[in-house]
Amino acid sequence: MPVYNLNINGKTYKVEADAKMPLLWTIRELVHLHGTRYGCGIAQCGACTVLLNGNPVRSCSLPVSAVGKQPVITIEGLSEDNTHPVQQAWIREQVPQCGYCQSGQIMAATALLKRTPNPSDQDIDIAMQGHLCRCGTYPRIRKAIKTAAQMMAQSSR
Amino acid sequence: MTAMSGAALTIGFYFPALAKGAEKILTASAADEMGIELTAWISIDKAGNVTVLNHRSEMGQGSFQAVPQMIAEELEVSLEKIKILFAPGHQGKYGSQLTGGSSTVRGAYKTLLRTGATAREMLIEAAAKKWGVNKDECFAENGEVIHRHTNKKFGYGELVEEAAKLTPPKNVKLKERHNYKIVGKPVPRPDTPMKVNGKAEFGLDKKLPGMLYAVVERNPRFHGKVKSFDDTAAKKIAGVKHVITVKMPVFASTREGVAVIADTLWGAMEARKLLKVEWDDSGFEHVSTEQLYARMKEDLNKPGLSQRTGGNVNAVFEKAGKDKVIEAIYETPYESHSCMEPLTCTAHFHDNQLEVWGPIQAPDWIQSDLMQRFNLPAENVTVNMTFLGGGFGRKAFMDYTTEAALISKEINAPVQVVWTREDDMTQGPFRPGAVYECKAVLNNGRISAFAAKMAAQNMNHQWSPNPDKSAYNDSTTEGFLETYFQSLPHYSFADIPTESPIPVMWWRSVYSSTNGFAYESFMDELATTAAKDPLEFRMNHFSDERYRLLAEKLREVSGWDSKGKNEGYGAAITECFRSIVGQVVKVSKRDNKLKIDKVWAVMDCGWYVNPDTIRAQVEGSIVMALGAATVHETHFADGKAVETNFHQYRMPRISDTPEIEVHIMENDEKPGGVGEPGLPPFAPALCNAIFDLTGKRIRKLPFNLAEV
Repeated sequence: MPVYNLNINGKTYKVEADAKMPLLWTIRELVHLHGTRYGCGIAQCGACTVLLNGNPVRSCSLPVSAVGKQPVITIEGLSEDNTHPVQQAWIREQVPQCGYCQSGQIMAATALLKRTPNPSDQDIDIAMQGHLCRCGTYPRIRKAIKTAAQMMAQSSR
Repeated sequence: MTAMSGAALTIGFYFPALAKGAEKILTASAADEMGIELTAWISIDKAGNVTVLNHRSEMGQGSFQAVPQMIAEELEVSLEKIKILFAPGHQGKYGSQLTGGSSTVRGAYKTLLRTGATAREMLIEAAAKKWGVNKDECFAENGEVIHRHTNKKFGYGELVEEAAKLTPPKNVKLKERHNYKIVGKPVPRPDTPMKVNGKAEFGLDKKLPGMLYAVVERNPRFHGKVKSFDDTAAKKIAGVKHVITVKMPVFASTREGVAVIADTLWGAMEARKLLKVEWDDSGFEHVSTEQLYARMKEDLNKPGLSQRTGGNVNAVFEKAGKDKVIEAIYETPYESHSCMEPLTCTAHFHDNQLEVWGPIQAPDWIQSDLMQRFNLPAENVTVNMTFLGGGFGRKAFMDYTTEAALISKEINAPVQVVWTREDDMTQGPFRPGAVYECKAVLNNGRISAFAAKMAAQNMNHQWSPNPDKSAYNDSTTEGFLETYFQSLPHYSFADIPTESPIPVMWWRSVYSSTNGFAYESFMDELATTAAKDPLEFRMNHFSDERYRLLAEKLREVSGWDSKGKNEGYGAAITECFRSIVGQVVKVSKRDNKLKIDKVWAVMDCGWYVNPDTIRAQVEGSIVMALGAATVHETHFADGKAVETNFHQYRMPRISDTPEIEVHIMENDEKPGGVGEPGLPPFAPALCNAIFDLTGKRIRKLPFNLAEV
């Protein structure tokens, strides 16, 4: 089986994997980072979202062979201690219920705020509508993204 | 969830709690680290660290908060200092552990407050003994016992050894509600920190040394067997260890599948695709959605089994004559639970010991089920809960746990059975679809007779091969306000159990989730016929102040009386698991497109633990109800579920979600449920609002908002 050197959260991981194996299962089963979740396997729910080169991608549908040298950030890579503003905002607004989809939601929100530091409701709708939450935490996700935007604006001032 | 006949179930209850720093959730094996056990829930070590067990599952609803929050209040420790662990399944130690029926708080609040108070009193008595003073001179605060006169102090850790030797007091005094420091306050959830950094352990995160992975190709029809299979190609995939037939219980019947077991998950998944299986589903009826609904409608011609009657509705209907009887038929769909976390279970059977781990909603029930199936005593069966990535009733079933245990026993190795989304979505059990016939006669603007019939599959009948079908469904009145019964001179609620091979089960708020739509839509139709304001019309049938106060609140917060032009307002009030919830939905049309502008909800759940959890649960219930009302439905064709993944079973998105405002009634009523009661009123309130705006009455769910 081919060997890949993956750059995940700033570290290099050497893995031996079937070229077709999705990045999701590579991260979970070979790199042993469990925060990235399996939800649908067909890029329809967003639970498996990670950042690839800073862009949100569905790791369930991206073969490991397509990753190459591009840096991958997972939920574990946001901060060591829950201090990333998006994590802080998620805590402040008490967003999660079951929590299963939240890694993906947080990664998508992080990418949105990087691109659009002060997102409108419409920006939020567009960036987040591919992320399903059966618990229905959407009203709090919207609120937390705005809170995170404020926190980031304050800290950069 | 309702109690089921044929399976000994009591109603448990429902909520979450956890502490900062409790980064990893440990289960049974952590017992050694917990210190000395003072009560079934509370252990304290000599350094004063307090561990509280959550005996209920945490599926988002908040038991991980609520259970420790109640215990900490009476134990006099701050919530941040408590380490929270999930209790394993146990026959009797904690009472029911079935996390359903929105029962965690309402079912166990007295027990949990008392367990905290009992431990507190034992610690006080131990301190008094050490000091040689009367225990009445001592009190507990912030993890210490203090002698009032001298201000001498002992930390709980210094007292626990002595305290554990004492006989627990039989009668302990509980705190007055106005003295609460944390109960009733919106304290942050202890599981939030580990749900924003990926550390919360869900089913798939459990890993055991030497563990193999299994994926199972199950008969796509619900009670079918395996005729034969060809695993030649599958076995060529690297790492595949076994390919075996495995059985899974589906209530009183069985489904078979072919399990592919490999040393990697990916290997097992790839090999499964190469399996060739021939199925045997003889005796299984290949029903379709159309057939099922035709059958339910046909069933409405039968008298049904009357669950609750008063007066004589038929006499009133006859006397009134056909033109005076108002009638409507309502239809509600079958639904998949579609938790974001698909099912999974990890099992290890060895040396006559069986241990399972997973997202499990009923660990005590699963334990007793496994004891029976594997003929093992309780001490040989350990059932551990991980966090649940949603539950909604589905994860209280024992099919997936039994299957995993059978595979582990057969291959003699620890195994994790992974369900794909497709497995999870197509294999049920589902929320039963239902068809309702509602009839009423009005007299002077009030209801003089109200009759409802429900044709739907009876969940209880599935548990036995020969069920007693003369038994009431016990659920036709779910959702209907208790106060109405006092003001209706004649009423009748009957059900007709529709025959169908589709496995059905509890889905968030159970029968209320469909009853509420029929009854509260019909109430609105009656108000229209009576030419009354819909809220006023309902209130005219209230005989109880509690309901009146809730309706007044709803009226006030929603601006019901100051409706603008081109706005539609609809209300609905339902009762579910001892809580009353009223909702008002506001809709409008812009560019000929219907928009849900806002939802106001008023929840009366009596005594409560955490107002922020209540708001979160009502918000979430409304979003889930929005899905079942306007987006998703499970169809059947040729005896199989049609929707296989989220591209077909579409769920509401952030962009579909209206603004939601939740209010909580303050009173001293007994606690009611929180996780489910917010769901039933949404669909009827929405449809009533659409009627108000457009004059179009929607009697069948789901409907397409874009087509209104």
